[in-house]
Amino acid sequence: MEKLLERFYGAFAALGVPSVVPQITLMVAVAIAMTLFISVSVMFMIWWERKISAHIQVRYGPMRVGGWHGWAQSIADGIKLLIKEDIIPAGADKFVFALAPIVVFAAAFAAYVIIPFGPNLIVRDLNIGVLFYISISSLTVVGIIMAGWSSNNKYSVLGALRSAAQAVSYEVPLVVSILGVIMMVGSLSMVKIVEAQQGMWFIIPQFVGFLIYLTAAIAECNRLPFDIPEAESELVAGFHVEYSGMRFAIFFLAEYANMFMVSAIATTLFLGGWRGPLLPPWLWFLIKTYFLIFIMMWLRWTLARLRVDQLMNLGWKYLLPLAFLNMGITGLVLVLRG
Amino acid sequence: MTIAHVVFYLLAAFTVTAAIFVVLAKNIVHCAIALVFAFFGVAGLYVLLDAEFLAAAQVLLYVGGITILLLFAIMLTSLISARGVRIMNEQVGSSALVVIIIFSLMTFASLRGIVFVGPPPPPAYVTASLGRLLMTTYVLPFEAVSILLLAAMVGAIILARREREKD
Amino acid sequence: MVPLSHYLVLATVLFAIGMFGALTRRNAIGILMALELMFNAVNLNFVAFSRYLPVTLLQGQIFAIFVITIAAAEAAVGLAIVLGLYRNFKTINVDEIHLMKW
Repeated sequence: MEKLLERFYGAFAALGVPSVVPQITLMVAVAIAMTLFISVSVMFMIWWERKISAHIQVRYGPMRVGGWHGWAQSIADGIKLLIKEDIIPAGADKFVFALAPIVVFAAAFAAYVIIPFGPNLIVRDLNIGVLFYISISSLTVVGIIMAGWSSNNKYSVLGALRSAAQAVSYEVPLVVSILGVIMMVGSLSMVKIVEAQQGMWFIIPQFVGFLIYLTAAIAECNRLPFDIPEAESELVAGFHVEYSGMRFAIFFLAEYANMFMVSAIATTLFLGGWRGPLLPPWLWFLIKTYFLIFIMMWLRWTLARLRVDQLMNLGWKYLLPLAFLNMGITGLVLVLRG
Repeated sequence: MTIAHVVFYLLAAFTVTAAIFVVLAKNIVHCAIALVFAFFGVAGLYVLLDAEFLAAAQVLLYVGGITILLLFAIMLTSLISARGVRIMNEQVGSSALVVIIIFSLMTFASLRGIVFVGPPPPPAYVTASLGRLLMTTYVLPFEAVSILLLAAMVGAIILARREREKD
Repeated sequence: MVPLSHYLVLATVLFAIGMFGALTRRNAIGILMALELMFNAVNLNFVAFSRYLPVTLLQGQIFAIFVITIAAAEAAVGLAIVLGLYRNFKTINVDEIHLMKW
């Protein structure tokens, strides 16, 4: 990878342009590649979710579009959403209404900078990798509040407020459960975390941390069983009820991109990242990530939805003390081991 | 004119524009969104200054914490649909004058007497050094701030609670 | 490299804009937002100095961390007070809340 970069820069230097130009070209190319990866991945996940939900409910799911088991169903859905009419409700705040899906998607997309797909396949190995993800994921809440408020609709506002309360409440156990792993590694950089799992994946000493992280992550993505902000049968789809067509597609894309992101972080922190015996590293990474996504989808179609007060109870009264206990015990063991 | 200069001027323009929007916008929700952009601009400037941990902490605490607090408070208190409400009080003229005087004084005082040498080479392991400093030299302010946060949390909850009617 | 004076002037501009907002806005939450701008300007000053000194001392960044934390605490308490004001006066325009004036 380094030799490719050197030849790339050398070609531009031979033409006499300043080094700003290849740097910016490289940034644009990487951003486009990441967008393509996210789009393909999200389309696959949408089809997969429909198939998994179908088989759990003893039916077949999409079977016709494109031949084999309806694999082109997501493409058809995407085209349908693109050609729908763009409706902005009367009395809505147009600027904020248009900006909200972009903010939510930008938050989900910007965190892909630090995902380590392989030993040299990371966009930028920041020194503060995990902290960067935590900061950027708190931007989603601002987008959701903007969406709910600007729709000029009671259900939207209620959904947005509930979602903001839920996201903020579950961010704290999320961060504290990650701290256990960080203490064992001693660095925030994603590559160093994967390299520190050489002997044993961190899921074994940090099993409680892994469970807390998974629960808090499902709550952060607004997935069932923590689905109150978008509850289709309760709040008429919550904060995105007034969004249709391409804007709704961006929200949908952001939710699935968020799911992938959260599973990728769990893979890196707890399941050993790209480590594995025979297959190439990036394939192991994708297998582990999609395995966690499968578990999230499985939980969605099996468990009942929590009420909003049960949700807040769970976050503050059970997960948070447990996460602190986990962090305390990890610290104690590390200090005693010397 | 390296890429650092270009990025600095872009970020500076972005931050100042967002700050002007915060002060002058009519609708207070637009003010809050412009404030989010201003925070991001300042976080970008921190990254230019090799303070990456501080940039992430700025985004996490300001955007993820204070902005959400502000938005909740706006939703609970404002009559946003009331049109024709003045946003500036009657002190606009005199405060503009005061601000311009203070700005010129501060610029003059801060630029005078600075020896314009280049910056030293960037430090290694900033985050680790910050952590070490917080745990050794500055552990007392660190613990004091945590007690302050606890007091602020309890105080805010008590102040914002609805009055229970005793019957 | 970008000279230190650029950062100082930018911080002063942000501080001036924040001060203008804090002195002239009527909405109490708008005043709090302008205050946050002033805090950010001060932090920028601290971090710029801490980076551009002959030896990079990290005290500036430590101070900036404390400023951010205390600003969060102050925003929480300030907004709770604004909520109390709204409940009692039904308005948060600060020039309509003048019971204690002569």
